[in-house]
Amino acid sequence: HLATSLPLPSERDHLRPRIDLIAFMIDIKSKYSLKNVEDSLAHVDASFFLGKVCFLVTGVGRVNYCSVEMNAIWKLGETYCSPVLFCELELEGIRVATAQRLLRMLQICAGHIPGVSALSFGSLMRSSADD
Amino acid sequence: DPQRTAFLLRKQWTLYSVTPLYRFSDARLRDYARLLSAFIAAEKQKGWAVEVGVELDIKVAVSSLPDLRGSDQDQAAILVQLSSRSPASPKNSEEKVIWSGWFCCVSGDDLSENVPEDFTCLPLFLASGAESYTSIVGSWFQKTFDCCFRRLAISPLNLSWMAAMWTGCKVDKTASAMELVFSVPRLPQPLDISYAIHPEDAKALWDTVQKTPGEITQEEVDVFMNCLYSHFHRHFKIHLSATKLVKVSTTIASAHCDGIIKFLQSQYLTGVLMLLTELAISQIQ
Repeated sequence: HLATSLPLPSERDHLRPRIDLIAFMIDIKSKYSLKNVEDSLAHVDASFFLGKVCFLVTGVGRVNYCSVEMNAIWKLGETYCSPVLFCELELEGIRVATAQRLLRMLQICAGHIPGVSALSFGSLMRSSADD
Repeated sequence: DPQRTAFLLRKQWTLYSVTPLYRFSDARLRDYARLLSAFIAAEKQKGWAVEVGVELDIKVAVSSLPDLRGSDQDQAAILVQLSSRSPASPKNSEEKVIWSGWFCCVSGDDLSENVPEDFTCLPLFLASGAESYTSIVGSWFQKTFDCCFRRLAISPLNLSWMAAMWTGCKVDKTASAMELVFSVPRLPQPLDISYAIHPEDAKALWDTVQKTPGEITQEEVDVFMNCLYSHFHRHFKIHLSATKLVKVSTTIASAHCDGIIKFLQSQYLTGVLMLLTELAISQIQ
């Protein structure tokens, strides 16, 4: 499901399946996208931040188009205890690889991978990012 | 000394980053001028010509600009000028400068402290004139000193720093309006939005945002820009933060994201060069 911002419209609440993973997309070329994500985060229930949220930063291929400061993104990941992934949507190889990563994360968050919980996976991703 | 550097003002300069030059000596500038002149003549023989059918006799001058540096640690700026006399004008008439380029380094300790001896750090190069001359002069320097030139682009993030920094500068004469130009992405026809702000309003806004005079933080730049964006949104319902900031013009200087700068105040020339040197160094590293 794709949404441009949160909260999701309440009219369809009863039809909506369970949400296992929220990937917030930030376009490094648009400060507006960062603000949008920050505003949307306020509408997310705290239980999601136990491994069911990640930040996907796009447009990282070209440094010269950068409108968002990297420190702001790292801080966001830290504040919300969620991993930050980077990708360049315009390159097919990276796009496919990122989609595969997200799919894998979704499988874990939905409980389809025995022995790995969303929380343990989330803390694993964060500790490897810190190294 | 503002007189000697006055010719650098109000001219459009294209920016490049340059890696350290190997075995460059500022005692051999006359030799370099001679060698570069011979190189240009040779290239002309090969058939490279700026204008077909026009025989231009090009003179090369290489000089040093000792005032353009941050500290004694920096290498003094080096100026290269190509001049010629048009064939139509009389023999004794003065030659006109047709192309200028200068290398400089203002507070480039980050780079110069880490290079081995034999290398001279002049990471910023500014060129004004025909692109073909820039390319010839650039090739000669690259071949002779084993360095590498790259166009220096300025990101929207750095442009907003410049907008904030330059708005805070005090100017003696009447300040000109601050202008920000934004390019709107993903439209079938390119669209540019120009946002002009009265210089006193801009300075008043910056003065309320900046907490410590002489110091600027990313947070302060963000608050400043967000105020300008909110104001615009209130009137036009357009989110400038979703567009790309491509040009900033203030009384001090104007900068374009393609790496083009115009210095407008000699008083702040070194200050702007210091910022550009920093950008050039981070592009090199």
